[in-house]
Amino acid sequence: MKITEAFERGEFVVTAEVGPPKGIHIEHVVEEAKTYLSGITAVNVTDNQSSVMRLGSLATCKVLKDEGLTPIFQLTCRDRNRIALQSDLLSAAMLGIENLLLLTGDHTRMGDHPQAKPVFDLDSVSLIHTVKQLESGVDLGGNELVGEPPKFAKGAVVSPCSDSVDAQLAKMERKVAAGCDYFQTQAVFEPEKFIKFMEKAKQFGKPVQVGVIIPKSVGMARFMNNNVAGVHVPDDMLEELKKDKEKTKAGITGVEIAARIIKECRPYCQGVHIMALGWEAKVPELLKQAGI
Amino acid sequence: MLITQLKPKETIASLVEGKVFVINCHGCKEVSFPEKEAVELQKELEAQGKLTGVITTDYICNPENMKLRLESHKQEIDAADMILVLSCGVGVQTVAEYFEDKKVCAACDTYPLPGFQGVTPLEYDCDQCGECYLNITGGICPITACSKSLVNGQCGGAKNGKCEVDSNMECGWERIYRRLAQLGRLDVLKCPTQIRNYATEEKTEA
Repeated sequence: MKITEAFERGEFVVTAEVGPPKGIHIEHVVEEAKTYLSGITAVNVTDNQSSVMRLGSLATCKVLKDEGLTPIFQLTCRDRNRIALQSDLLSAAMLGIENLLLLTGDHTRMGDHPQAKPVFDLDSVSLIHTVKQLESGVDLGGNELVGEPPKFAKGAVVSPCSDSVDAQLAKMERKVAAGCDYFQTQAVFEPEKFIKFMEKAKQFGKPVQVGVIIPKSVGMARFMNNNVAGVHVPDDMLEELKKDKEKTKAGITGVEIAARIIKECRPYCQGVHIMALGWEAKVPELLKQAGI
Repeated sequence: MLITQLKPKETIASLVEGKVFVINCHGCKEVSFPEKEAVELQKELEAQGKLTGVITTDYICNPENMKLRLESHKQEIDAADMILVLSCGVGVQTVAEYFEDKKVCAACDTYPLPGFQGVTPLEYDCDQCGECYLNITGGICPITACSKSLVNGQCGGAKNGKCEVDSNMECGWERIYRRLAQLGRLDVLKCPTQIRNYATEEKTEA
């Protein structure tokens, strides 16, 4: 199923993401996804997230699909040129994978192979354009595809709490112009900033899912504040995480915070994207508390 | 060595808005400059009554020297709506930096050739990519100012205005956005999706 169909039905669309392992044993990922994420609309599979080499996103998507889940194939421009990207897109369509999240990708320097060549032959915008072109039956080189062309729901990301939010909106507009169907955002901890962002973003007329991370500890929150672009955990939330260490460790505080964020943002957007970062087991409780 | 080649006539015509001041850089001795075409272009602009003045010189990438020269042509420059620069990408960026609120356009694409490069101040890099983007990026090169050489806008990786790869490096696209805002030219961000061409004719020959 295409995620865009759920948006069209007016559903508040819930997605979460899983990261493939660094190895060939995927049973644990599949089990967790089946147990905790089977009730939601779709599951993102990250593409060598943070430039750390892992099992492939496409293969993992196929396994999840065979288990009855709806995968979203994340595809970055960091590791493949336009030939490899288009080839993987055709492979995805052949395997029945219908949802994409198209990203530029972190630089290779950020990950566990800093010596690797950063590719970036295309970027998020030109990759969306490329998918659109494939859907019309022609590849980026102008050559016709044989037979029926692929059709995808084309997603992209935007960073609503970035310190350069106007530049982010300009880029979002370029993604819409290139043919993007829906957006998932970077993690939001400041709903008021997200609401302000949505006031401007709604002009593009594309569904937006607010990105949510369950904060696991004060240390994790501080780390994000210092290192993760477009993410800022405000002081009062840091205090909340600090107050009762046991409660925070058990994930109760984090789930409370994340549920509150979803509730505050819900009237302004069309869904939520949960980045559980290993806490997939807490997703059902989070959704319950958020009233979804 | 490098070649500066005049962009197609239609491209230059689409850049020209109102009156024009032209700067020609005959460059360092390693540059091959399109002299005949440049003279032709200036004659055309003059015939249309659009030309306010011309500087023809070398090493426009030397900011100190360039500043003095630009000051001596202040009147003609003030009378112009835009500056058209015929030079490599380094020269265009040097001039663009000097004029914070005037449109500065690149009339040439820069291609590399084997051999020595001209000696230039390296604060303004030109990668000699052969498809100059400076006209849609406020005179700041996205190929060299962005660590991913993105041509359609910033990635989500900048934190506090600094690049994810190097915390000492300003995000090139945030610089471009600020510059375009300053020029009142944010509309150029609505240009068609840019896709790089790694097979420019000259590169293949070289």
